[in-house]
Amino acid sequence: MGNWIINHGLTYFILVVWMAINTFLFVWFYFLYDLGDRFIYTRHILGSALSWARAPAAVLNFNCMLILLPVCRNLLSLIRGSFMCCGRTIRKQLDKNISFHKLVAYMIALMTAVHIIAHLVNAERYYNSRHGDYDELSTALSNLGDTANTTYLNPIRSLSTTPILLVFTSIAGLTGVVITLALILMITSSMEVIRRSYFEVFWFTHHLFIVFFAGLVFHGAGRIVRGQTATDPPHDPKHCDDEVDEWGMEENCPIPQFAGGFPQTWMWVIGPMVLYVCERLLRFVRYLQSIVIRPSKVLELQLMKNGFKMDVGQYVFLNCPSISQLEWHPFTMTSAPEEDFFSVHIRSAGDWTQKLIISKEKQMSVDGPFGTASEDVFDYEVAMLVGAGIGVTPFASVLKSIWYKSKESNPKLSTRKIYFYWLCRETHAFEWFADLLQVLEREMEERGMGDFLTYKLFLTGWDQSQATHVMVHADKDTDVITGLKQKTNYGRPNWDKEFEQVRAENPTSVVGTFLCGPAALASVLAKKCVKYTDVDPRKTKFYFNQENF
Amino acid sequence: MGKIEWAMWANEQALASGLILLTGGIVGVAGQFRDWQFAAYAVAAGVFVCLLEYPRGKRNKGTSVERTGQYCFTVCVKSFGPLTRNYYVRAFIHAGICVPGGFMLATILGCVCLGIASLIYLAAAIRGEHWEPILPRKDSARKPVADSINRPPQNPPPRPPAEMRRKRAEDLEGAAYVNPIPVTANE
Repeated sequence: MGNWIINHGLTYFILVVWMAINTFLFVWFYFLYDLGDRFIYTRHILGSALSWARAPAAVLNFNCMLILLPVCRNLLSLIRGSFMCCGRTIRKQLDKNISFHKLVAYMIALMTAVHIIAHLVNAERYYNSRHGDYDELSTALSNLGDTANTTYLNPIRSLSTTPILLVFTSIAGLTGVVITLALILMITSSMEVIRRSYFEVFWFTHHLFIVFFAGLVFHGAGRIVRGQTATDPPHDPKHCDDEVDEWGMEENCPIPQFAGGFPQTWMWVIGPMVLYVCERLLRFVRYLQSIVIRPSKVLELQLMKNGFKMDVGQYVFLNCPSISQLEWHPFTMTSAPEEDFFSVHIRSAGDWTQKLIISKEKQMSVDGPFGTASEDVFDYEVAMLVGAGIGVTPFASVLKSIWYKSKESNPKLSTRKIYFYWLCRETHAFEWFADLLQVLEREMEERGMGDFLTYKLFLTGWDQSQATHVMVHADKDTDVITGLKQKTNYGRPNWDKEFEQVRAENPTSVVGTFLCGPAALASVLAKKCVKYTDVDPRKTKFYFNQENF
Repeated sequence: MGKIEWAMWANEQALASGLILLTGGIVGVAGQFRDWQFAAYAVAAGVFVCLLEYPRGKRNKGTSVERTGQYCFTVCVKSFGPLTRNYYVRAFIHAGICVPGGFMLATILGCVCLGIASLIYLAAAIRGEHWEPILPRKDSARKPVADSINRPPQNPPPRPPAEMRRKRAEDLEGAAYVNPIPVTANE
């Protein structure tokens, strides 16, 4: 239990606060409309469906405000940078921005459903009331507004207006249908199947959010939800509701007047909308800035840009207008901040990368850099770095930077020991990274720092012929596959043994575990971190951090 | 833009539309709205669309992810042959089903969503896509074992050292191994 609190506590606390605000808004506005005197007459026609429509509307205002914020990645990077003083745990929450975006989206979808169903009932009841299907008071209220000097309560003004006509001739109805359609299209194209396999469908359809927000801001402009306004002398519904015939003729019961509420949604969403526009402008400005490409190996791009500053493990978005004007793809940088250029290693993983690798003309634009968890590596006394396959790229940057920092004896480096685990299916992916490890291995030995970095390589996709080859060369000093002193292991790591070893060798340290790899491995490592963390603050504690794109 | 299979998105959209049509229909019937007959129709139509769209088709490229428990639905949908395989047919079926939903407010959202799904299916059909069922793979992955498994080794360890194991000229028959190729001395 204690382990769980250390690793997940702040996340769940934030979620509890968010749900508490949602619940409070729902309940507050429900009772505002269910008990407020201004709406006694409105409730007489609509019943509790009025409150059931207005309560989710308030929750929707709150969540539509929140949803734009987690996707302002430049803003988040800025906040992340400013929080360097305030502890890892707070900064870790910023890494879960997309999960929060999805959670808020689910809430919006749920509240939209409740809101629509309640308004369907309202439209039907207004229609019935207009046609005299309900009691005398209801009919009288619906008839209000037909003559001069009176204001109406029932938005259905004529007997021939059906609920469908009401929707399509009122601002609220029309905008409501349009934004709901936009929302549904955004949701169906955001399903994991579509997102992982046909990203462009997701990305371009998701821009319907512009339609969504435009419609949302105008949704209340028609002021269709009406409450009673003050008259002189005042009209008290509790006294006058049974004297319908006397309205206007008796002194204490003038004809009641109604008005719609002032539209409020724009007040909630204008701030985040402005922030998001700034975010997109910033991305566009970056798109226009020129970068220089240094000639180098085919799969590695070395780039230089004026005023570009990066930190370890950060990523950039690259755009190549000659391949596609609109596509931006994320790549982790493999160079260290101490180098005067920045590099990315690009693997052929789809049509864009393939075209990039073979094209001679490489005019490019860069957006970024954006921060991720690897920046925190140097804060931990002991770090366990796990990279699966191409997921090793952020750690290339980390290891290079550690090398530069240790050469300069940089005081910002708190790390005393690094355990590096590289899991890979095939050998041909090793080469560029193996070169780096060879260099590091040699230099560390020269400086007598052999203990600083312990690395283990795991070949998870071995077959019989490879195993035979290795058996034959088992006596050689260096590994046959990588040429490194450290031998390659075969099969997947036994994480229990690895964590035991780290704990045994570092009995009082705070260990940061960093993963860049598949979700299945993430859940395994997260569980092991919780399992091997000691509640006793003097003993070893494991913190889990995950890279995700 | 990559090899997009529109049918995958059309399927998600159609399934969502089926649920929306169903929900709108239930609200219309339960609330006893004016044109509740259209709502009753929408309930039936929504269920039908959901049953038709629940089994995901097999993708042309890449791994297909099944929805939970979709196998029995796959079998049902497969049994209709070309009616469910062809996306033109599906596009027209959905276009037809959605029309009565447009006559009542509670079901109009489902109608429009299903209409959009129908258009995406039309795009998929024009690109030549069709529905393939996802069926469980037959278990033929194991390599057949060689016959030598029935003839275990004749001379298992522990074995005496190599000098003693070597074939002796006086006792060729008593040796533990047989030369596959006849050995002759170098002349």
